Amino acid sequence: MTGNNQTPAEAPLRAEYWDLTYISGPLVFLKNGGRFPSGAILELTMANGEVRQGQVLEASTSHAVVQVLQGTQGVDVKGASVSLKQDVATIGVSTALLGRRFNGTGVPIDGLPPAVVDKEMNINGAPMNPVARDKPNDFIETGVTAIDEFNTLVRGQKLPIFFGSGLPANEVANLIVQQARTRDASEQFVVVFGAMGITEREANYFMTAFDEGGQGGRVVAFINKANDPAIERVFTPRCALTVAEYLAYEMDYQVLVILTDMTSYCEALRQVSSAREEIPGRRGYPGYMYTDLSTIYERAGRIRGRKGSVTQMPMLTMPDDDITHPIPDLTGYITEGQIVLSRSLHRQGVFPPVDIIPCLSRLMNNGIGEGRTRGDHRQVANQLYSAYAQGLDIRKLMTIIGEDALSDMDKKFLKFAIQFERELIGQGWTRRTIDESLDASWKLLSLLPRAELTRIDTKYVDLYYKAGEETAAAPVS
Amino acid sequence: MVQTREPITGKLCLVSGPMIGASGMLGVSMGEMLRVGTLGLIGEVIRINGDTVYAQVFEDTGGMMLGEPVTSLGYPLSVELGPGLLGGVFDGIQRPLEVLRAMSGDFIARGLTAPALDREKKWGFTPTVTVGQKVVGGDVLGTVQETRAFMHRVLVPPNVSGVIKSVVSAGEYTVEQPVVVLEDGSELAMMQRWPVKRPRPVVRKLPATEPFVTGQRVLDCIFPVALGGSAVVPGGFGTGKTVVEQTLSKYCNADIIVYVGCGERGNEMADVLDEFPALTDPKTGDSLMNRTILVVNTSNMPVAAREASVYSGITLAEYYRDQGFSVAIMADSSSRWAEALREISSRLEEMPGEEGYPTYLSARIAEFYERTGRAEVLGTVAEGEEPRQGSMTLVAAVSPAGGDFSEPVTQTSLRVAGGFWGLDAALAYRRHYPAINWKVSYTLYLETLKPWFRDNAPKGWLENRQRAMDLLQRDAEMQEIVQLVGPDALQDGERLILETGKMVREVFLQQNAFSDNDAFSSLEKTGGLLETLLEFYDLSKNAIENGVTLNRLMGLPVREDIARLRNESNANFADKRATVCARMRADVAAAATKKG
Ligand SMILES: Nc1ncnc2c1ncn2[C@@H]1O[C@H](COP(=O)(O)OP(=O)(O)OP(=O)(O)O)[C@@H](O)[C@H]1O
Ligand SMILES: [Mg+2]
Repeated sequence: MTGNNQTPAEAPLRAEYWDLTYISGPLVFLKNGGRFPSGAILELTMANGEVRQGQVLEASTSHAVVQVLQGTQGVDVKGASVSLKQDVATIGVSTALLGRRFNGTGVPIDGLPPAVVDKEMNINGAPMNPVARDKPNDFIETGVTAIDEFNTLVRGQKLPIFFGSGLPANEVANLIVQQARTRDASEQFVVVFGAMGITEREANYFMTAFDEGGQGGRVVAFINKANDPAIERVFTPRCALTVAEYLAYEMDYQVLVILTDMTSYCEALRQVSSAREEIPGRRGYPGYMYTDLSTIYERAGRIRGRKGSVTQMPMLTMPDDDITHPIPDLTGYITEGQIVLSRSLHRQGVFPPVDIIPCLSRLMNNGIGEGRTRGDHRQVANQLYSAYAQGLDIRKLMTIIGEDALSDMDKKFLKFAIQFERELIGQGWTRRTIDESLDASWKLLSLLPRAELTRIDTKYVDLYYKAGEETAAAPVS
Repeated sequence: MVQTREPITGKLCLVSGPMIGASGMLGVSMGEMLRVGTLGLIGEVIRINGDTVYAQVFEDTGGMMLGEPVTSLGYPLSVELGPGLLGGVFDGIQRPLEVLRAMSGDFIARGLTAPALDREKKWGFTPTVTVGQKVVGGDVLGTVQETRAFMHRVLVPPNVSGVIKSVVSAGEYTVEQPVVVLEDGSELAMMQRWPVKRPRPVVRKLPATEPFVTGQRVLDCIFPVALGGSAVVPGGFGTGKTVVEQTLSKYCNADIIVYVGCGERGNEMADVLDEFPALTDPKTGDSLMNRTILVVNTSNMPVAAREASVYSGITLAEYYRDQGFSVAIMADSSSRWAEALREISSRLEEMPGEEGYPTYLSARIAEFYERTGRAEVLGTVAEGEEPRQGSMTLVAAVSPAGGDFSEPVTQTSLRVAGGFWGLDAALAYRRHYPAINWKVSYTLYLETLKPWFRDNAPKGWLENRQRAMDLLQRDAEMQEIVQLVGPDALQDGERLILETGKMVREVFLQQNAFSDNDAFSSLEKTGGLLETLLEFYDLSKNAIENGVTLNRLMGLPVREDIARLRNESNANFADKRATVCARMRADVAAAATKKG
């Protein structure tokens, strides 16, 4: 919310009102609700001259409810006045934003003057007309096998990363930013980064990583740190997405939006809700959180007749590693799949520690196959997935009955599962093309007898399968 | 029909998210439509206190100032009914989205209005009534070829009757042009309006005796629902509700599909719009889109319109039922509707019931389900003719928080629906699709459908169904034992149950919605596949009793042929099955002679 960049001299005289009656949490209540439009951005001037921003949440003849972005610490009802800043919250957009760093509401924090903007846009956007949407179907190669092969990301998709605290989620996000490519190298690929409540250390990690990877110039970052005002977080993803939509739909960029950490965002939402004394939903989060989150996540997509796209990777901490917690749960109900990081793989030193079992990319089928990735892609992924799931079952069984009681076939699957985690998923920082991922997969499949590969058409088995030494030796009944 | 009264104008006195208040509105009644503020946003009255009304607004209320004018329109939220609905895409309050796009571009602006039915377009109307004829509600005034395959019946609105004074000759008319004038002077056009919250009346409800055939083995065979019945499909995120809804829209045996995308994803709608026009309607051979009406209110569109969308959808469905068609309504997801109710209720500061939902949630859900069913529809029955019948089948997705079925929307829906297809995250994680948990799901229609299956389904259908259920039950018991003590504790006969149970699960119950040959399984294929698996079980059981080891049987290459049998197209299936069965019998017999 860079606001209208007017200097005080040219700004029209604004009426000020000493209207405050009540302060609660991040909210102030005004006597008269008839002065400002709903949703308007206000300036709250404190007795000591400090200026804060607020937004009108509710207006009635008896009162108005205003959420103060920078919090209400130090505000008193007598000395503070309010005045209208803007009818709606907006942000200035232009391609000059690329390479720039802003705080959570769009104020530069990179020491440079405000960017020259092309125009101001409402940060809430407007719902995209469903009939204007174009089906997402272009493969984005992230270089990460767990994603490319099993949970393919396509342009215009929203695919979140769920993780427990302490897992290397930032590293995974960084890996993707560094390595992601679209098929057509001539396309302009940029990143909009929206951070809510991340630590100084995390912020530095990302900024250094982007710069070192040479991505700095193609990243626009909005950063609200853990010690920045919490309510500003409600605005951060909306600022980021408004810029993303501008770059994608007006300037033809392929935009990847990373939003982290959505859990901090939801907590800010909860804080406002409880200050309004709303009836809390599950775990105290407001009942409208699904609707609210959807106005963020649904701002991914492609539009018929336009070149650019907005692809989202929101990241969120699962409190208590619990995927049924309202934040991952409601997110999963809106996004088109999810990537889930695993604590146990992380402990085993697997990087990226992606547990493919609960992962899903719902748009995968649109992005893969002959002409996009490779003809055998879907079937190989299905076969590996099912063999890995079987291997995991056997591993569980083994803890009950002991390894000796396992049949030879069981042992093959067990070995397969172990190598699957270590080699295929645990690729480290090496980038794999999708062909390299699939080739590595076929190598792994050689651990299993050919007869087990029922999910793959024989033509592909003939083409790619080479029996491993042990399996070749085993007679097929 | 829709009653109207002179508009009343008052002043905006409250704006709180999707809810507004307006004073000076004495005389306005509950449920009336409003135009709110200078933008003229559309709203619906949901509470009245003296001269102040409270309304939910179907568009974003940002930027409104107190004191802006609010005008009541004198009639409740209604939909337009007439030719031109099929193939259409509407938002929750029936605004045509293609027209909105032409008006405001790729993003939906506020305050737009556009009639649902094209006012300019002329339709070829052929009258079927004559001057002097007495008509009552539901009588067919004439027909219109709405799409290549659908003959639209233009009906007398339910509460209208009279003697025909004049009728136009066959020709091209717009939906608003009167085609019939009654003696009392009332003019009837091809288009009528109906308030969405009031069920359209029928003569009587009829028992449902025919199955809603879906082409999904687990549904058609194990948990069939009747045409005119209702099914709830609850499941956590990503378990496959939308795939079920879309697959059924493609293949089910209803004449018309009303697909309500209630608070779900925009990209899913893009998917339907991309796919459906290119697919063929299994019943008519025309484009699938031509039997489909989409009502789309994605999650990021205004929350109040989500609530309206399910009502708009069901009213459109009733209208086609009244013409005598079988209509299926896909509601994805009914939870989003319930949540919209919750959101508005909490703005009204109503005392919440369970999990914050309003206490009238169960009543609303029950009323909604009650609108479905098979029915004898309104209209004069000519001598010697059967009364016209239509049906509405509802498949409602439910999105329980945390995937936990004990929550109010799932539980309330279960009380009123006849079919329960519970989707299970554990099955989805194993990529067992459709992830319908056969241990908890049920159907209440089996008994009434039995005669139909006996007469129309492949031989042994009901018996094999029961055998499959028993086998799955025993399979589950055996699996529990294995989990405790390992497989060594089991005899070959018991392990055979495990092995065939697995085959039934993987070959019969699983069905890939994206497979070219297997997305739709005909009743013949469904019956044949199950018969084959059961025969394999019988042959193997017999062989084991005669001393053949399980390992030998499981090593038979014909097992792979059986596993691949489902990938045969419906057309080739019978031949292929005959070959595989012959081989199966020969191989098992050969194994038996070798022993050991
Ligand atoms: N019958 C099926 N065949 C193949 N894949 C399926 C089938 N059913 C579900 N899937 C897979 O599961 C994914 C998720 O399914 P779907 O989108 O229907 O879930 P959902 O229950 O509607 O989730 P949400 O509540 O989040 O909308 C699909 O994208 C698809 O990959
Ligand atoms: Mg869905």
